[in-house]
Amino acid sequence: MNEDDRFGLNRHVRLMGPLPLDSGASLTPVELAYETYGTLNTNASNAILICHALTMDQYVASKHPLTGKGGWWTDMVGPGKPIDTDRHFVICANVIGSCMGSSGPATINPATEKPWGMDFPVLTIADMVRAQALLLDHLGIACLHAVIGGSMGGMQAISWTTLYPERVKSAVIIASAARHSAQNIAFHEVGRQAIMADPRWRGGAYYADDDPPSSGLAVARMAAHITYLSEEGLTEKFGRRLQDRESKTFGFDADFQVESYLRHQGISFVDRFDANSYLYITRAMDYFDLAEAHGGTLAHAFKGSKTRFCLISFDTDWLYPTSESRTIVHALNAAGAAASFVELSSAFGHDSFLLKNPEMNRIVDGFLKAGESV
Amino acid sequence: MTKLRPDLQIIADNITPNARVLDIGCGDGALMMALRDLKQVDARGLEINPGNVASAVSKGLSVVQGDADTDLSAYPDGSFDYAVLSQTLQTTHRPDVILDELLRIGKQAFVSFPNFAHWRVRMSLLFGGRMPVTRLLPQTWYDTPNIHHVTIDDFRALVRDGKLKQEGQWFLSGDKRTSRAAANLLAEHAVFLLRK
Repeated sequence: MNEDDRFGLNRHVRLMGPLPLDSGASLTPVELAYETYGTLNTNASNAILICHALTMDQYVASKHPLTGKGGWWTDMVGPGKPIDTDRHFVICANVIGSCMGSSGPATINPATEKPWGMDFPVLTIADMVRAQALLLDHLGIACLHAVIGGSMGGMQAISWTTLYPERVKSAVIIASAARHSAQNIAFHEVGRQAIMADPRWRGGAYYADDDPPSSGLAVARMAAHITYLSEEGLTEKFGRRLQDRESKTFGFDADFQVESYLRHQGISFVDRFDANSYLYITRAMDYFDLAEAHGGTLAHAFKGSKTRFCLISFDTDWLYPTSESRTIVHALNAAGAAASFVELSSAFGHDSFLLKNPEMNRIVDGFLKAGESV
Repeated sequence: MTKLRPDLQIIADNITPNARVLDIGCGDGALMMALRDLKQVDARGLEINPGNVASAVSKGLSVVQGDADTDLSAYPDGSFDYAVLSQTLQTTHRPDVILDELLRIGKQAFVSFPNFAHWRVRMSLLFGGRMPVTRLLPQTWYDTPNIHHVTIDDFRALVRDGKLKQEGQWFLSGDKRTSRAAANLLAEHAVFLLRK
């Protein structure tokens, strides 16, 4: 199986589709960049799909080509980890709309042979999932042992269970929600407006001279980054401490450590992310409302579901608070689905799901192992 | 397998195989494990303590963190063969409402609770003059989760007033079965099986 060039790191595939999209448009070809870890067993029953969050990518447990960092979820994914690459075949694909090799505004529009820019069709979370299903077809995987994701990845994971219920045995949905709230949409709109207000954005047509709206994207990232943390976490990490200085400067330099930190987050983000992708993916998240597609009743989405669900939230996450997970759990209970849910304690807000958390690992490990014995 | 708590053992012995069971206040899932492994029961749990939920989920059980006082309404009518409430009734805000919920969700309900009229509790109050602290009620009055102490006769009255049917009753003293006679005085612990 190792000889098969569909498997391994830095994979890229061009599937002709066409992929019909929720907007009514369709996408062809569908380019997908992905990583796989571990070995697919002979009956293809050990596959786990990891769905990544807004600004993450397919490099879940391998080196990022631009930053050189070694994977964004290495506490969870690897040999002997809960998502165990010794016994699982793990797939993580860059979502369509993103900028790490999958179809998105920066890839080439075959009609014009130029980057799509804002001519790229507006996407939904369901469209991202349907593209992943095309990839699974290509890899010869009929049914996933599990689909797992945090934040936007959780939205994809839960969408998998409703779009392809027969293809998902277990789903782990961490720090996520079944719909975007008004507050979620509001924060995203701030980010989009920051990008579009940057004069270098130019209606999204900035690829030709390689002069992207970095200032706007950096501000978008700074605003969003605050929502990923908690007040407790910020206070613990920075408080009101000053940055490399003894006293306030009575100017507008980054006097405070927290300012310096945010500026750094913004500046380093633009080196690895495309501003137009940020617009498209935040839009897809804002359009997400799982109940809407099921007559407004979330429980209907899970009617007759045979999938096992595990939901985890964090007590300091105010972006996708516990009440959002509980809404999903109540719907699963109403539908009679096999559901587990726990709110974990962590000081680090929404980002907690990306950080080392032994309790989270213990739960995911036990949940996945239990699914293997049945 | 570790030994089940005696009230849970009674419940486990009296649940029919392949049933659908909702264990409310399931702790770390000991009863659910026994039911799953010995009786092929499709068991679901509700538990308030996150550490207990984590333990149960890591054993592969379907357990949801939640509160019996607020989270039962999501379960549809008659969706389980049995609803189980073991040593939890006395911790709820409205035991009467909870009892109605149990028999809305489950076709039958097991309820177990420590008997506050056991002679040792009575003696402790009579001679000590202070809120009893016993083996089954180990907390002091100010930090106990048991906010609605109940006696066997109180519970029987609640069952009667609610026009519920008793399908079974079991009594325990020092982890041993004890007779129904003078249970309100002699039993430390009671288990009831009810239906509407």
